Amino acid sequence: MKINRRRFLLSSALVGGGVLIGYSALKPSNHRRANAELATGGEHYVTSFIKIERNNAITVYVPHSEMGQGVHTSLPMMAADELDAAWEDIIVEQAPAIDLFANGDLVKGFAGEFGLPGFLTGIVNASAVSIAELMNLQTTGGSSSVRFTGETAMRTAGAAARQMLIECAANRWSVAGDECSTELGHVQHNASGRSLSYGELAADAALLEPPENVTLKDPSQFTIMGKAISRVDIPAKVDGTANYGIDAHSEDMLYAAIRLAPVFGTKLVSVDAGDVLSRRGVKRIIELEDSVAVVADSYWRAKEALKGVKSQFESSDADTTSSVDLFAGFERSLAEDKNSKVLETGDTEGAMDSASDVIEGNYTVPYLAHAAMEPMNCTVHLHDDIVEVWTSTQDALGIKGRVAKIAGVAEEDAIFHHSYLGGGFGRRLPFNWNVIDHATLIAREFDVPVKTVLSREDDMQQDYYRPAVASNFKAAFDANGVVQAWHNRFTGPIQTPGASHIPYAIPNKSIRVVDGDTHVPIAAWRSVDHSQQTFFTESFVDEIAHRSGKNPYQFRMDMLADHPRHRKVLEVAAEAAGYGENLPEGHALGIAVQESFGSIVAEVAEVSLDSNNRPVIHKVTCAIDCGWAVNPDTVEAQVESGIIYGLTAALYGEITIENGRVAQNNFPDYEMVRMADTPEIDVHIVESGEKLGGLGEPSTPPIAAAVSNGLYILTGQRVRELPLKNHDFSRSTPIAQV
Amino acid sequence: MATFKVNGVEQNLDIEPEMPLLWALRDELGMTGTKFGCGIASCGACTVHVNGNAVRSCVTPVSAVEGQDITTIEGLASVAAGANPSAPDLSAVQQAWIDHQVPQCGYCQSGMIMAVSSLLASNPNPSDADIDSSITNVCRCGSYPRVRKAIRSLAIA
Repeated sequence: MKINRRRFLLSSALVGGGVLIGYSALKPSNHRRANAELATGGEHYVTSFIKIERNNAITVYVPHSEMGQGVHTSLPMMAADELDAAWEDIIVEQAPAIDLFANGDLVKGFAGEFGLPGFLTGIVNASAVSIAELMNLQTTGGSSSVRFTGETAMRTAGAAARQMLIECAANRWSVAGDECSTELGHVQHNASGRSLSYGELAADAALLEPPENVTLKDPSQFTIMGKAISRVDIPAKVDGTANYGIDAHSEDMLYAAIRLAPVFGTKLVSVDAGDVLSRRGVKRIIELEDSVAVVADSYWRAKEALKGVKSQFESSDADTTSSVDLFAGFERSLAEDKNSKVLETGDTEGAMDSASDVIEGNYTVPYLAHAAMEPMNCTVHLHDDIVEVWTSTQDALGIKGRVAKIAGVAEEDAIFHHSYLGGGFGRRLPFNWNVIDHATLIAREFDVPVKTVLSREDDMQQDYYRPAVASNFKAAFDANGVVQAWHNRFTGPIQTPGASHIPYAIPNKSIRVVDGDTHVPIAAWRSVDHSQQTFFTESFVDEIAHRSGKNPYQFRMDMLADHPRHRKVLEVAAEAAGYGENLPEGHALGIAVQESFGSIVAEVAEVSLDSNNRPVIHKVTCAIDCGWAVNPDTVEAQVESGIIYGLTAALYGEITIENGRVAQNNFPDYEMVRMADTPEIDVHIVESGEKLGGLGEPSTPPIAAAVSNGLYILTGQRVRELPLKNHDFSRSTPIAQV
Repeated sequence: MATFKVNGVEQNLDIEPEMPLLWALRDELGMTGTKFGCGIASCGACTVHVNGNAVRSCVTPVSAVEGQDITTIEGLASVAAGANPSAPDLSAVQQAWIDHQVPQCGYCQSGMIMAVSSLLASNPNPSDADIDSSITNVCRCGSYPRVRKAIRSLAIA
């Protein structure tokens, strides 16, 4: 595969001999200048580096956060394969949080596809965030690391380094480059039987100009990609040595427990600390604009002491607001229909007017918290005119800049300490600043490290939530019972408008968004808008299928004539699930399909009701077309993970607002799928050979609709509101399956 | 003074008797392998062994473990090995976790491994129902299918 050089390769000599191969987004005017910029950290974006040392040690720097998705393994696999290195020789290192390792290419990848990436804009007005600002991030999100950084940077850098090493060996042997081959970290001249290790050639390679164009391998040549390589981060995660942000520790460390304004957006009015300061270990009570914190010599002492601190926050218009009011507001907004266009094709109004039959379905989903297992936390240490920060984040570089700014320290005097993330799911993306800002403001008062930790209750009540959405549908059928129009109005804001599109061949479509802003802060939540929108669209498509008198699988296949990849995953999932075959008594299958983040996923859920008429999900069969699989085992793990994350939302997930604040506290009232609820999951990877698709998110969207569609067949009840725990399935009338 | 053994080493700590074991381990002893997840014994991320039995340390005051033997994830392998110098660096459960590539973000896995180790010690061949009722730890990454596979690989048929 030949690729155009859209970015530019850079190389530089290492002290002690060796070569560093990187990859820049800006054109260096010449090689010398590039090296100078590399050395000083100038205005360019190097997205990846491969370092080859004399002893043949090969280090791959990964500019993305490891939060369980396996990126510390898959990205180095891509670089190592193109380099023809031995996997055993690869050392994986987290790229430091400096602008040389900003992963702006990811943003460019998105910008090319969709404009500004929705998962990054969050609640921030897109116009307020410049591309330049986004370029200077080190973001992990949007299911993008492998398909953008991996494809455009890691593979290219590996292939370039290989070509440079071949050139050096050929020069040394005075033979033509094409007489040489590479294998397991060595260049060989087969005719003479000579061989040199990459390490022996690295010092020479550092003096070469990187090639103008590089040739990437054909998949048939892969030696590492496509294999189920064991993840490099797992050993530390089974013996307790894996370090997360919350594990930052020093002897002199202080700990802060914090109470944030319970009603979003309100300010602290007064504090009565009583005798809390006289308690053992308590150092200070700190009042911030929107919160009060107790700093002590142990987190437990700080947390216990905070219970004794009385605080008053200002009153607000939102003080009496409940979820019922918010949803009533959504209804008003939908009725007013002051909309913005998302997608318009054909003449939907005309088709509605001339329809023989119109069906309607009004859907809602509630706010959801991320509930990552590692509660939000941040440790900050200001000393000697510098600031050090330890936190689990999906954007190390952005956090470093944020902390420096709040600490009043120059960005070059800020040091970021990396760690693994105890879950991300969007909560740890930039612009979700609480805890980071607070930890920095608190630490400014001390000259020792201060670790600020949100309790689980605070974590749940002070999140940036998946938006609650109301979505109203109408479908028009002609006299022959054929669906002619799709009419959809839903509440925004929508961050990824494409999530509301449907692939089905319905000639007239009108999809529009109305205002859905509330005082509740929102952010990207695993799969962003796809998780809500796919529940809506794939449920209503199911309604249309049943009204058409067609089997929901066959209806989708018939309406997807122009979408062979969708048809393929539906076919694979349905066949593997035994669709159309006899099921155990009282079981039913529901199906759904969605394209998101470049991957297409079909899921079939086998459901029943238990003796208390609660839904049981026995098995989920999933087919995913992600182009091809860099590491098939992590593909399966991510698909399993996304399904279970989506299943928790479908069965239990519900954040409600009472008196302006979040009503839920902890796992008992924000329940999670656990072992007992977990279905058997059967994953089928469909290798279409198309462009790489994302993996962290695409399996989440279809599951809620797949389960609900199965429950409809079982009970005759159409679920138009999540979560399922709120539904009473005791009076069920199974429908006759077509 | 609170006195107990952690991974075979006696600890004497000048702390309040009501301080939960979790915070004594993490903040007083700097042993961060045991995780804080919910603080109310709901999620199991803080699971350790007290005299070999799985206990949620976030709600266990140190006064309740006075004089007892605590094992944490950091000591699981060496405690299992005892005086056997040829024992591997990982316990069988930890090795199965690698073989089945169980962890994702990994944050809950210390607690998960401690809970499963305790289950298998008392019930070497658990049924699916036994697993469902004993392993109630929360994993937001959804490693559950692999947890089940790893347990089955360890079960004595």
